[in-house]
Amino acid sequence: MPIIVEKLTHTYMPGTENEHVAVDNVSLTINEGEFFGIIGHTGSGKSTFIQHLNGLVQPTSGKVTVDGFDMSDKKQRQKGRALVGMVFQYPDYQLFDSTVLDDVAFGPKNLGQSEEEAKKSAAEAMKTVGLDPELFGEKSPFELSGGEKRRAALAGIIAMKPKYLVLDEPMAGLDPSGRRDVVATIDALRRELGCTVIMVSHSMEDVARSAERIAVLNEGKLYALGTPDEIFSKTQELIDMGLDAPQTARLAEALRQKGCDVPESIYTNERFIEWFRGLKHV
Amino acid sequence: MFKDITLGQYVPGDSFLHKLDPRTKIMLMIAYIVAVFLVQRIEIFALVIIFTVAVTLLSKVSITYLFKALKPMKFLLPLMFLMNLFLIKTGDLLVEWWIFKIYSDGLKNAFFIVLRLATLVAGTSLLTLTTTPIALTDGLEKLLSPLKVIKFPAHELAMMMTIALRFIPTLIEEADKIMKAQLARGADFESGNVFKRAKAMLPILIPLFVNSFRRADELAMAMESRCYHGGNGRTRMRVLCFTWRDLVAVLVMAALIAAIVISQKLIPAVF
Ligand SMILES: Nc1ncnc2c1ncn2[C@@H]1O[C@H](COP(=O)(O)OP(=O)(O)OP(=O)(O)O)[C@@H](O)[C@H]1O
Ligand SMILES: [Mg+2]
Repeated sequence: MPIIVEKLTHTYMPGTENEHVAVDNVSLTINEGEFFGIIGHTGSGKSTFIQHLNGLVQPTSGKVTVDGFDMSDKKQRQKGRALVGMVFQYPDYQLFDSTVLDDVAFGPKNLGQSEEEAKKSAAEAMKTVGLDPELFGEKSPFELSGGEKRRAALAGIIAMKPKYLVLDEPMAGLDPSGRRDVVATIDALRRELGCTVIMVSHSMEDVARSAERIAVLNEGKLYALGTPDEIFSKTQELIDMGLDAPQTARLAEALRQKGCDVPESIYTNERFIEWFRGLKHV
Repeated sequence: MFKDITLGQYVPGDSFLHKLDPRTKIMLMIAYIVAVFLVQRIEIFALVIIFTVAVTLLSKVSITYLFKALKPMKFLLPLMFLMNLFLIKTGDLLVEWWIFKIYSDGLKNAFFIVLRLATLVAGTSLLTLTTTPIALTDGLEKLLSPLKVIKFPAHELAMMMTIALRFIPTLIEEADKIMKAQLARGADFESGNVFKRAKAMLPILIPLFVNSFRRADELAMAMESRCYHGGNGRTRMRVLCFTWRDLVAVLVMAALIAAIVISQKLIPAVF
């Protein structure tokens, strides 16, 4: 069963002079097993939107249902929340326990697992994200580097075995090797656990490479929804919106403007190389 | 949950009160507190109430802000009222019902205490409502600076207050985010007894403290790298100066205190 978002609107501080409509009448469906990307400029309402998927903020109007559970209903929300794992933009907001292993085990314990079971789930999750439980398990989460912290935070959610994994800019502030690690972790999760992944990102490369469908938010409104082919064929529109297109798409666009006939479906390195190889044979 | 806190909230405006020098306002607030405590008879309280209402109107701050300031006392005030009402056993017996007995002194005291607390809170909150936190700490620093001769750290104290005030909204916002992050991991803050709930707050408090320490560190570094080295020899961009308004305000406050003292001496007790 999917996540269904119907006419979702969220207004911050309604009735004051600081009133702000952060999400404006957004309707969409996220299917099971899908890799769903969300892009949009700073302040376009991405973080606000995804917090609804977990019932952490309540809609001003509209409705979110996760596998049939209505997230505005207090009882059903608890059940829905157990299905949706949410990794926040900054790991510093969630790490608190004295050791990494205990911290990662916090979620499973809250789900009702015993101390031992929780530790086992935690160790497994740490392996999945590439943190060796032997090496990092007994360390304090505050001694970790930025990238390791992010992986520990990710492990804390994965250990709860969510069906839907929501990631808010999981790559922000990581070095290239950290980024690659996180991407590899997410790919592995999808392969091994069949997780549905919903990822917010500023990096068009990451979204272009992984996402099967992409939603573009602009000033709280759903500007476009479609496959990467559909979204990234509108390179110029994205740039006008203050967003960016993947580097390769920009290169292709520049080539097109110089009169070179590059197909619009080329926005990843792989496809560009394929197309370029094809050229030489002609 | 944390969003409702309106501690030290400032409401922008350009009323007479907004334009007063913060030093005057701080001194007047102290005088106001003295005035409230000078009142010994309940009927004289009318003066204080009229004054407080007049000043509120003058400040052009919506009266709802004063009620908001009183909101944290919504349990304390009724409790004080009831305790005074039932526990004071002097004066004439007014009402007797089952085990409850109300005496005239109890009734008087109950109103008296509640009025005193309410006017104190409402009146003093006008200070923060009409003064920016920066002006407030500037004024405090100036007022305390004569104490520097006895090594009192006036500047440091003011700087600490400025920083603390500056970071209150940040902390509230952060607490909100941390709470969400832990809720997403299945944390439960609402069920269980007091001890269980207090323990459930740990996953919020620890990241909050750790982040605060880190931020304090970074702030100190940022200040030092801009050559901050304490208050010695520092000049200000906005120099505080007294105007005719401050004189008027001081005279009005003096008149209020005089009125309270004189009317208490001259008017015979009604109740
Ligand atoms: N707690 C809040 N109170 C009031 N306004 C808020 C709050 N959180 C966000 N906003 C406002 O809502 C809008 C959308 O914020 P949101 O965090 O959803 O943006 P975003 O798309 O995630 O941005 P970014 O890419 O910078 O993370 C912003 O204009 C922001 O100022
Ligand atoms: Mg965001």
